[in-house]
Amino acid sequence: MNDYRITDGATGEAFLCHSDENLLAAMRRSGKGPIKTGCFGGGCGVCKVRILDGRYQAFKKMSKAHVSPEEEKQNIVLACCVRPLSNITLIKA
Amino acid sequence: MALNKTLRPGLIQMRVLDLDQTLDFYTNILGLNEVGRTEDGRVMLKGYDEFDHHSVTLRLADEAGLDYVAFKVDSPGTLESLKDATEAFGYPVDEVPANTNQPGFGKRYGFTICTGHRIELYADVEKAAQVPMTHNPHPWVEAPRGMRAQRFDHCLLYGPNIAEAERYFTEVLGMFAPEVCNTPEGNRFATWLTSGNKAHDIAFVEYEKPGKIHHLAFLLQDWNDIGNAADFIGRYSLKRDVGPTRHAITRGQTIYFWEPSGNRIETYCGGYTAYPDNPVRVWDVSEVGKGLFYYEGELIPSFLQVVT
Ligand code: FES
Ligand SMILES: [Fe+2]
Repeated sequence: MNDYRITDGATGEAFLCHSDENLLAAMRRSGKGPIKTGCFGGGCGVCKVRILDGRYQAFKKMSKAHVSPEEEKQNIVLACCVRPLSNITLIKA
Repeated sequence: MALNKTLRPGLIQMRVLDLDQTLDFYTNILGLNEVGRTEDGRVMLKGYDEFDHHSVTLRLADEAGLDYVAFKVDSPGTLESLKDATEAFGYPVDEVPANTNQPGFGKRYGFTICTGHRIELYADVEKAAQVPMTHNPHPWVEAPRGMRAQRFDHCLLYGPNIAEAERYFTEVLGMFAPEVCNTPEGNRFATWLTSGNKAHDIAFVEYEKPGKIHHLAFLLQDWNDIGNAADFIGRYSLKRDVGPTRHAITRGQTIYFWEPSGNRIETYCGGYTAYPDNPVRVWDVSEVGKGLFYYEGELIPSFLQVVT
């Protein structure tokens, strides 16, 4: 298991996310990053972020009410549905 | 007291993002029984202590949330008169013929209320193949599983203009509001509505976006079963929102958590006995945190922000 460095592009604040952990869980665990809460199921849209840099994998279906296919192409995702594959920089969307 | 002409919320259809995972939660963790599948692949479920054909339908969709909630009324005559009264109130009504998209259910009337939610009414539904015993009855036929949910209990919906929704449910469906919450200006912030002695059958919170659901709730036996449900949340790493705790509003004991598609679930027990002739309990919105979470004494931010 690797740890990747996740950086909040708005504040520069950084925290670690395990490779098998979703981005929202890492924010919650570390108390850092732009979002602290949500349904953790891809349904509520509270955890919507834009990935500015880095590779990631969406391992769970994200509600289309919150992320349209066009947005997905612009690297907008729900943080609870995404695992890091490298260091990542993101901002709240 | 006798129940009103509206008996209970008897059916709820939910949209889920992952049918297999969410169904596994409903059957093996919450403890509902799978009744069967519809032709288009939706899953029908019921609690072990429910008599009617099914009470929950799960539909695989691209977004989570509520399709509709349906209320059972006491007779076909009541159903027809409520249809007329609903149209007179100003909501156009459509008809879903018997035994079509909800197997076992008689004719349903559906309409969209001001909050953006589809509400349905029906009078007839077949009994399920496996029902609770009625002759020298045991409390259960097969040992309850998981969190041991007995039946669908209520739901909390978020949407605009809940004052009108309250008027519809009281004036047309004959329900009453044992408890309400008002803003400093005297506008409704939240309302709890019931058709009988339960503290609530449905509740609304004022919210700018229409058609949202905050949670659907299932009845547990008692506080011990709330602890048992909390053990399942821990064991299977479900995402907990609040509790175990107690509401001052309704006085119910509770835990909130999310199923795998992100819809919030409540497991609930207790609550006071509501009577329509008792005075209405009134909360100021500044005190609603303590009203909702009596032990914590304050609002949990996710509770007002996270809906599907
Ligand atoms: S937390 Fe609800 S969609 Fe991610
Ligand atoms: Fe509730």
